[in-house]
Amino acid sequence: MSAFRKTWLFTLRHRTGLIVWLLALVLASIPLVLRNPYTLNNLNLIGLYVIAVLGLNLFTGYAGQISLGHAGFFGLGAYGSAVLTATYGWPPWPTMLLVALAVAVVALIIGMPTLRLHGHYLAMATLGFNYVVHIILVQWDEVTGGPSGLSGIPALSVLGLSIDTDMKFYYLVWTFALVALTLCLNLVRSGVGRGLAALAQDEVAAATFGVNVKRDKIRVFVLSACFASVAGSLYAHYFSFVNPDTFSIFKSLDLVIMVVVGGLGSIWGTLFGVSFITMLPHWLEFLETYYDIIHGLILVVILLFLPQGFVTGLADLIRINLARRRLRNAGSRRLEEDMVDAGATRRP
Amino acid sequence: MANSTPPLIQVSNLTKHFGGLPALDRVSLTAARGQVTALIGPNGAGKTTLINCLTGVLSPDRGEILFDGRDLSGLPPHEITRLGIARTFQNLRLFPRLSVLDNVLTGLTIQAGSSMLEALLRTPGLRHRERRLRLTALEALDTFGLVDKADLPAGTLPYGDKKRVEMARAFVSNPVLTLLDEPVAGLNSEETGQIAALIRQMRLYGKSMILVEHDMDLVMSVSDHVVVLDGGKRIAAGPPEEVRRNPLVLEAYLGRMSVTA
Repeated sequence: MSAFRKTWLFTLRHRTGLIVWLLALVLASIPLVLRNPYTLNNLNLIGLYVIAVLGLNLFTGYAGQISLGHAGFFGLGAYGSAVLTATYGWPPWPTMLLVALAVAVVALIIGMPTLRLHGHYLAMATLGFNYVVHIILVQWDEVTGGPSGLSGIPALSVLGLSIDTDMKFYYLVWTFALVALTLCLNLVRSGVGRGLAALAQDEVAAATFGVNVKRDKIRVFVLSACFASVAGSLYAHYFSFVNPDTFSIFKSLDLVIMVVVGGLGSIWGTLFGVSFITMLPHWLEFLETYYDIIHGLILVVILLFLPQGFVTGLADLIRINLARRRLRNAGSRRLEEDMVDAGATRRP
Repeated sequence: MANSTPPLIQVSNLTKHFGGLPALDRVSLTAARGQVTALIGPNGAGKTTLINCLTGVLSPDRGEILFDGRDLSGLPPHEITRLGIARTFQNLRLFPRLSVLDNVLTGLTIQAGSSMLEALLRTPGLRHRERRLRLTALEALDTFGLVDKADLPAGTLPYGDKKRVEMARAFVSNPVLTLLDEPVAGLNSEETGQIAALIRQMRLYGKSMILVEHDMDLVMSVSDHVVVLDGGKRIAAGPPEEVRRNPLVLEAYLGRMSVTA
C-alpha cells in the first residue's frame, strides 16, 4: 500500500477526531488575532451556551424529545455553585462536580414521571419545572439573594492560575466545550446513539430491535441536564454574579431556538446555532425592543420550511437529492445494461 | 412424532380483546425449529395481533406463549428481542432519516451494548465492536442485495428495496426466530420472486420463521406448516397441501369473497 493511500485511509478512519483537533487549533489561535475584550466576551458566552445546547440537542434533536426547561438546570448549576462557593466558601471545582450530580438526581426525579408524556404534555411539564425553579430563585432571598441576584462568586483557578481575565476564561470554557463536543460525537456514533435516533423516529420499531425506550430517554435527559448544570457553574464563576432572570423560561426558549437553528440532531450545527443566536442581538442592535418577536419569527420560519432545523434541514435536502440522483442514474444504467444484454445497441 | 424436543413456539389459548371485540379467541399453535410456519387468514383474522403479542408490543388478556420453553407474557419488547426474536413490519417501519446501513445496525442494538459511559468515551473495546458490527451489517446488506445503497437515507429508497432493508435488519442479528409480517405486500411478481428466494435461502441456513402473508402462491411455495385464522379463531393447521383442500379454509376465503363480490 502506498504511503499516500495509507495517509488517506488514516484520515478517513479518524476524520471526526481530526476535525475536532483542527477546530481546537483554530479556536486556540483566535485570541492571538482578536484581542479585544468585547469579542472574547461574546466567544465566551458562545462557549458556555454550546455546552448547554449540545446536551439539549442530544435530548431534543437526537432523541426527539422536547424540553422547555433546560434553563432550569442551567440555573440550578449556576446558583448551586454560586451559593456554595460564595456564601459557604466551598472549593469551586469539587462543588461544580457535586452540583452536577445533584442536578442529575433532580433530572432523574423530574424525568421518571414526565418522560412518559409526549409532545405538548412533555413541553408543558418541563416548562412547569423551569417556572418552579425561577420562582424559588426569586422568592428564597435569604439563600439566593432574591430578584437582585447573588454576587461575589469567586473565579475559578487551574493549577494555581486564577481564571480572572476574558482570555483565560476563553481557553477554559472552550476546553470544556470541545470535551462536550467530543463526548456528543462519540455518543451519536455508538449503538446507544443509533438507539436514540431510532426511538426519535419510531418508538415501537426501536423497542422491537432492543432499544429500552423508557430507560434511554431518561438517561439522555439526565445527561443533558448535567451538561446544562456544568455550563451554569462555569457561567457563575465567569461573571461572578447571577440573577434569576438569566434562568427564566425565556432562556429555555432561546436554548431551543439555538437547537433548531443549529439543526435537530446536528452536533456540528449546534456551534452555528449558538453563535448565530448569541450574535444576532449585536448585529441587530437597532431592533432591540423586538428581539423576542425576531426569535419567534426565526423559529416559525425554520419550522415551517425546514422542520428538521436550519443546518440539518439543508444537509438533508442535499443528501436526499444526491441519493435520488444516484438511484435514478443506477436505474437508467441498469436499463442500458439490459439493452446491451438484449443486443439492442449492438451494431453489425 | 416421537421427537422429544419441544417446538420453538408454543402458543396456548391466546386471547386478546379490543374493547370487547375478540381479536384473538383461544388460539393455540406451534412453530417448529428450522421451519417456515405460515400464518394466513382473511383481513381482521387476528394475524397481526398475534405477531404483536409475540413481540411484546401488545400483552394478551389470557393464554400463554412459550418460546423455547420460556414464558413470554409480561416481557417488554426489548427483553423479547434479547431472547432472539426479530421481526419485520407490515407497514414499513424503517427509520427514514438514518442511512440504510444504520437501519440495519439498529437490528444489532443488543450486540452493540447499552453502556452510556462506554459510548461517551468511545473506548477501544467499543470501537473494535462497532467495526465488527459494521462488517456484519454490510454482509447482511450483501445477502439482501443492497450493499451499493448502504449510505443512502432509507427514506429515499424505492418500496421494494425498503422491504428488503426490513428483512436485512431482522436477519442481521442471527435471530432464533424471525417474524415476517407481509413481506411481499405491494410488490410486483418479480420482486415477490426475489423475496421468496431470500426466504428459501434463510430456511436453508436453518432459520426459523413465522410468515404472515396474503399471497397464497408465496405461502404454498415456501412454508412447511400453515396455520389458518379467521375471526380470531384458529380454523385449520397442517401442511400447505392439506390446508389448501380444507373446506373450512375455502369457506373462510371464498365465502367471504362471494359476499363482497
